[in-house]
Amino acid sequence: MRIKDKLLNKVATAALGTAMLWASPAMAADDTIKVGVLHSLSGTMAISETTLKDAVLMLIDEQNKKGGVLGKKLEAVVVDPASDWPLFAEKARELIEKDKVSAVFGCWTSVSRKSVLPVFEELNSLLFYPVQYEGEESQRNIFYTGAAPNQQAIPAVDYLLANDKVERWVLAGTDYVYPRTTNKILEAYLLAKGVKAEDIMINYTPFGHSDWQTIVSDIKKFGSAGKKTAVVSTINGDANVPFYKELGNQGIKAEDIPVVAFSVGEEELAGLDTAPLVGHLAAWNYFQSMDNPVNESFIKTWKAFIKNEKRVTNDPMEATYIGFNMWIKAVEAAGTTDADAVIDSIVGVSVPNLTGGYSAMLPNHHITKPVLIGEIQADGQFETVWQTPGLVAGDEWSDFLPDSKDLISDWRKPMSCGNFNTATGKCGGKG
Amino acid sequence: MRALKIIVFVLLSCFASVSLAWSGEAEIRASIAQLATAKGFPEIEKIVKDLAALGDPLVNPALTALADGNLQVRKSDNAIFITRDGGAGVALIDPVTGEDAGEAAKADVVKIKVNNGLRRIIRDSLGNLTLQSPDTATRLQAAQTIFRNSDASQLVALDAAISSEKISAVKTQMELARASAILNSDRGDDEKIAAITLIKERGGRDALSLLTATEAKTNGLVKDQAGAAVASIERSLAFWATGQNVWYGLSLGSVLLLAAIGLAITFGVMGVINMAHGEMVMLGAYTTFVTQDIIRDSFPGLFDWSLLIALPLAFLVAAIVGVIIERGIIRHLYGRPLETLLATWGVSLILQQGVRSIFGPTNQEVGNPSWMSGSFQIGELDITWNRLWIIVFSLIVFFVLLVALNRTPLGLQMRAVTQNRRMASAMGIRTPFVDSMTFALGSGIAGIAGVALSQIDNVSPNLGQSYIIDSFMVVVFGGVGNLWGTLVGALSLGILNKFLEPFAGAVLGKILVLILIILFIQKRPRGLFALKGRAVEA
Repeated sequence: MRIKDKLLNKVATAALGTAMLWASPAMAADDTIKVGVLHSLSGTMAISETTLKDAVLMLIDEQNKKGGVLGKKLEAVVVDPASDWPLFAEKARELIEKDKVSAVFGCWTSVSRKSVLPVFEELNSLLFYPVQYEGEESQRNIFYTGAAPNQQAIPAVDYLLANDKVERWVLAGTDYVYPRTTNKILEAYLLAKGVKAEDIMINYTPFGHSDWQTIVSDIKKFGSAGKKTAVVSTINGDANVPFYKELGNQGIKAEDIPVVAFSVGEEELAGLDTAPLVGHLAAWNYFQSMDNPVNESFIKTWKAFIKNEKRVTNDPMEATYIGFNMWIKAVEAAGTTDADAVIDSIVGVSVPNLTGGYSAMLPNHHITKPVLIGEIQADGQFETVWQTPGLVAGDEWSDFLPDSKDLISDWRKPMSCGNFNTATGKCGGKG
Repeated sequence: MRALKIIVFVLLSCFASVSLAWSGEAEIRASIAQLATAKGFPEIEKIVKDLAALGDPLVNPALTALADGNLQVRKSDNAIFITRDGGAGVALIDPVTGEDAGEAAKADVVKIKVNNGLRRIIRDSLGNLTLQSPDTATRLQAAQTIFRNSDASQLVALDAAISSEKISAVKTQMELARASAILNSDRGDDEKIAAITLIKERGGRDALSLLTATEAKTNGLVKDQAGAAVASIERSLAFWATGQNVWYGLSLGSVLLLAAIGLAITFGVMGVINMAHGEMVMLGAYTTFVTQDIIRDSFPGLFDWSLLIALPLAFLVAAIVGVIIERGIIRHLYGRPLETLLATWGVSLILQQGVRSIFGPTNQEVGNPSWMSGSFQIGELDITWNRLWIIVFSLIVFFVLLVALNRTPLGLQMRAVTQNRRMASAMGIRTPFVDSMTFALGSGIAGIAGVALSQIDNVSPNLGQSYIIDSFMVVVFGGVGNLWGTLVGALSLGILNKFLEPFAGAVLGKILVLILIILFIQKRPRGLFALKGRAVEA
């Protein structure tokens, strides 16, 4: 029994230590503005989200060097929702009620966003969500700085239609809400473009799927029907490495069957030998290889902050960067961090993005951004092979789904509605 | 006088051919030089097509380099070079003659961009240009490229190449390419039908794709013949598909076996529910990463041996951590499965977070040595080298372990202790030592499984989590305490999974397998190979 007590004691101390580590900044003085960081630092999503936590910390650091906001220093409150969706809601509540943060930067998966959404609504706080997502949502308290489907998926398909004359499509994804909704939109879009239903193959795999032999050989089989074939991949995070390894080993070349991915960035490629994958594509709104001074200095600051020359930057980091700067600008314009005032002042705010232009916050709480198509290079970076001539405005309600084509969102007064139905002239969705 | 005439003639013709070659080279140089100022892919594409139209093998090196992204422009004077990475800067090579042209800093040259479309065009033009290449492999590749593209404009070149070809394998391939080109040409029906017969005999997916396209665009007799050929190839492919499923199943089974075999010792033989088993696998994978990292930095020549070097290291690292866990925690909890489960689960979280703090949360790159990359074909079966080696490796591990348990003194003691601890102790066996060693062996085996899994999966702190459930499933299904059960269990689950996947999809397939196992366990609670005797009741 003694031993067990000792053991428990040890575990408790360790746990407390870890807790203190994250909670300590919260104990500082009152004359700071607190910013919540709600990214998983453990569990399955830690692989992607930890980077964003570091990115927010770096941005706060940089802002404080410039003197903070409204004469006050910024202070980060970092919590770990541990890739556990209900815990996201609890931690969000804790950040807003207990730590009294002015804004929260966080979430990665759509299910975590859906889990915290009612909390932000109830407590009237702000969430900046930096990841590409499936759309079909617009909420007053949430700012979507990642890509909506029309800022990533649709242009990628257009590129393949125009450049590679693709006639047959494999839509492969992980089995959850983002790939399912995106593929639904893409399927409707392709059918509208005259692609036959038998030329579309849809395939879902579980999270963390690691045995891709059957699926890759199915893709090969599907691609040998004498028509140009491409794969649109919404495969998430961890499952990508074994997928691409299998592609490389089975010899699927980008010249024959290109794979265009929406969830594979520099960070995911870091764990891969990319030489056999040269030419496979990704659609994003930012690549580390963008050649402009703003991006150059961002990369330099990041590498210095994280103290590792090998670390890469990626699209969700850029979205975090844009969201953070928009919040700063809106707070400065409003003269307060009060949520209602910031929500009113942030629409129309325009800040530099890392691709050499400006991104603006739209009334639907999505932003404008350029769409880039990049090809994987042997050094694990992407080379831009195509980009939209101008900025693309984020479209929250897809025009290609029957349920949402009549909906628009405008959070400016007097409309202040996230799902205004232009057919019925009423706020409140399709009904 | 006549002799003089001949000499003059020879000299003259030499001169003429030299100047001819020179003018060809000049033309090539001029075309290549245009690449420096080309804007956008369409312009580059036009230049590439012009170069290919010259039909001169001299353009091959430049085109190959362009496709590989090694053709670069020197910023200072817009000169174009093939580049090779060398130390700090890049080595410059003349794009036509292949001569050394000095060095440049990386920032002073800029790469000419290519995309998939361009790479495809270059590959096709190279295929046409290299039909007469002195290198056998290049000729073979050229013929295969033309076969896939069925380029009718190459018929004359193919006829010439076929008549001068001496190696029969290459000749066969060229004849196939010719047949494929004929299908796409305006030749008569007789020739087309002969071509279809030839391609049908070759079989395979490429042939199917070609014939499907032919069937769609022709009429009459040719269409019927193509249709019949398509049906016949599809039948043979369906037969191979079964073989492929068995192979994929074996391969998945071998991965399951590797992941579960260490657990078959700690859980199966010792009865410890070790939730940190997956993390031992992860530690093995990280050991591989560290080993490769050191080898890459210090002994790049040894890279192909890195996995063999990592094997004993991974075994040691995982075994040592295993001993620490056993001595530190598990030995206090023998006979209390629930507490063991919770404690080892805690250990697994600590190990995960520890690795995350040290190496960072992102995936680490573990390279495939050259002998584990790529694939080869048996009939219509694509067999990838890494899967083949993993199957071989898992079987080796299995049999070595079997021998270790049944033929060595330590193995004997292990079995004695697990079957009757008090009796073994009375016979003078140091049971705590044997416990430690057994646990170390199980953990070490998990570690070397990590080396193999690092070749096909993510090396991230979450690596172990994805295997723990499957491992327990295999051990319970196969029969606790029986290594053979683990082998049969892993392979049959693998094959079952792969036969369900094409019909049910990956998600539903996995669920179905789980349901089947639950039903099976209801019927036979002790798994496939139940251990009989007092040991179980004890």
